[in-house]
Amino acid sequence: MITVENLVKEFGSKRAVNGVSFTVQRGEVLGFLGPNGAGKSTTMRMITGYMPPTAGRVLVGGHDVAEKPIAAKRLLGYLPESAPSYPDMTVHGFLSWAAEMRGLTGAARVDAIRRVSTLCFLDNVLQQSVDTLSKGYRHRTCLAQALIHDPDVLVLDEPTDGLDPNQKHEVRQLIKNMGRNKVIIFSTHILEEVEACCSRAIIIDRGQIVANGTPSELKARSELSGTVTLRVHGVAAETVRGKLANVAAAGKVTVDGDTAYVNARVFPRNRAISGELANAIARVVAQEGWSFDELHTEEGRLDDVFRSITMPDTAKSGA
Amino acid sequence: MNDSLRHVWTIAKRELGGYFNSPVAYVFIVIFLLLNGFFTFMLGYYFERGQASLAEPFFSWHPWLYLFLVPAVGMRLWAEERRSGTLELLLTMPIEPWQAIVAKFLASWIFLGIALALTFPVVITTAYLGDPDVGTVFSGYLGSFLLAGAYLGVTEMMSALTRNQIIAFIISVVAGSFIIHCGREPVTNLMNGWAPERLVDLVKSFSTWYHFLAFQRGVVDIRDLLYFGSVIGFSLFTTSVVLRGVRGA
Ligand SMILES: Nc1ncnc2c1ncn2[C@@H]1O[C@H](COP(=O)(O)OP(=O)(O)O)[C@@H](O)[C@H]1O
Ligand SMILES: [Mg+2]
Repeated sequence: MITVENLVKEFGSKRAVNGVSFTVQRGEVLGFLGPNGAGKSTTMRMITGYMPPTAGRVLVGGHDVAEKPIAAKRLLGYLPESAPSYPDMTVHGFLSWAAEMRGLTGAARVDAIRRVSTLCFLDNVLQQSVDTLSKGYRHRTCLAQALIHDPDVLVLDEPTDGLDPNQKHEVRQLIKNMGRNKVIIFSTHILEEVEACCSRAIIIDRGQIVANGTPSELKARSELSGTVTLRVHGVAAETVRGKLANVAAAGKVTVDGDTAYVNARVFPRNRAISGELANAIARVVAQEGWSFDELHTEEGRLDDVFRSITMPDTAKSGA
Repeated sequence: MNDSLRHVWTIAKRELGGYFNSPVAYVFIVIFLLLNGFFTFMLGYYFERGQASLAEPFFSWHPWLYLFLVPAVGMRLWAEERRSGTLELLLTMPIEPWQAIVAKFLASWIFLGIALALTFPVVITTAYLGDPDVGTVFSGYLGSFLLAGAYLGVTEMMSALTRNQIIAFIISVVAGSFIIHCGREPVTNLMNGWAPERLVDLVKSFSTWYHFLAFQRGVVDIRDLLYFGSVIGFSLFTTSVVLRGVRGA
């Protein structure tokens, strides 16, 4: 549904986006991750036809955005980064304007406004002027505008930025539900968000894609992925280390804490057998009669992956 | 309705609503009418002239009034969209950029037209006191409206150059002064002496001053209509070029 081919954007001599390519199919929710200034917003602006690319092209529903901008834009709903809206209008007036710009008139417009105001929890503020709204409401007003024509493709630039935790949760649910029969691309720098609602994530750094996969695939790239953590009490730290190091499947073992509580982390000798590691450790614990209150295998953490990929100079050492 | 027209109308309606939803519109109209009255009746020696004509006491002040008031009306057109980020929203709607450019122009022009139309008491006073030539009154109003349109075009273009309304206002006043003054005596006197006469005439022909003068005298010349039309057309075209730069840069 969306195809991005070798997209490049230069600002003067600076390359903000440097050869980005990917495709997204209907039913996918694609999370766009990356540190500030990575080029997420610039890429989205090129997808939505706001900025012409320096090189490369974007197809939305088969339409080349540069050649058939109107046909492509019809399929798109866009929430720009700062969620702008016209402050002198009421929420209803603004949505009504957006509907009319999208070619909705009469009953279709009334229905569309009703649908999005329910979806984005705006029913209570419809007659309020936008500049009197709190940030969360203003944000959702702009989101409602993006949904007004029930588009096939949604491009959302930091859709949960500036929302409180409840609102964040609501917007994530909304994205997840809508993602079943649309294409959604959204950018964020909140990693839980990716786990919560993406079917796929792309990590972009300094204008280039550095990772592209499902959230679990990405997590598996974490150096902690497959390690087993164990917390025991009443045993000396060195004893714990010694016994765990003897497990056949174990690689490096780290421990910290005192006799009251010892936290141990055991790295697998070989990632492929990490499932057996927890079992083997459980047997040691049982043999030794240690009392423990935690034993689990790490799935890996996105933030580790994120950091090790986007800060190669400092964090790569153990990878 | 045709798609393009519908887009132009949707955007223009929003812009016009923007004027009338805020007190600024009413303040502007009141100031415009007060200044008109002041210039006409106080500085224009309207009564002392003893003529039933609007040219000298009324219309001749409009280039100076518009010099400041038109930039005040048009300064926000694009600067505000750029500052607040709504430019991104507007230009990712399924429209051609020219539709937004024309719509914004029309909305502000209609607003200026409404302000101008509200000066009708001056016409009524003149008709009451004497017997003005209807054709001259009509051509004066037409010229004044076109003059406002020319300044507005320039202001719209200047407004696209910056995110700051105040800067848009200032550069519009400067550009407006230039297009009035390039045809007036201080400038032509400077050039007289050394520049060939044809160059002086060329510079004069760029000035709003002489083109508007004909309308005040009751002459509607196709060349003057073309002049105002091309100033507006050129400014709107330049606006589209500037906006392309804003999106690309
Ligand atoms: N209009 C612009 N003019 C010049 N540089 C820009 C412009 N927009 C973005 N950039 C630069 O491009 C880089 C990528 O920016 P952006 O796409 O906004 O990053 P992100 O959204 O990932 O934080 C940044 O270094 C930014 O300064
Ligand atoms: Mg951004």
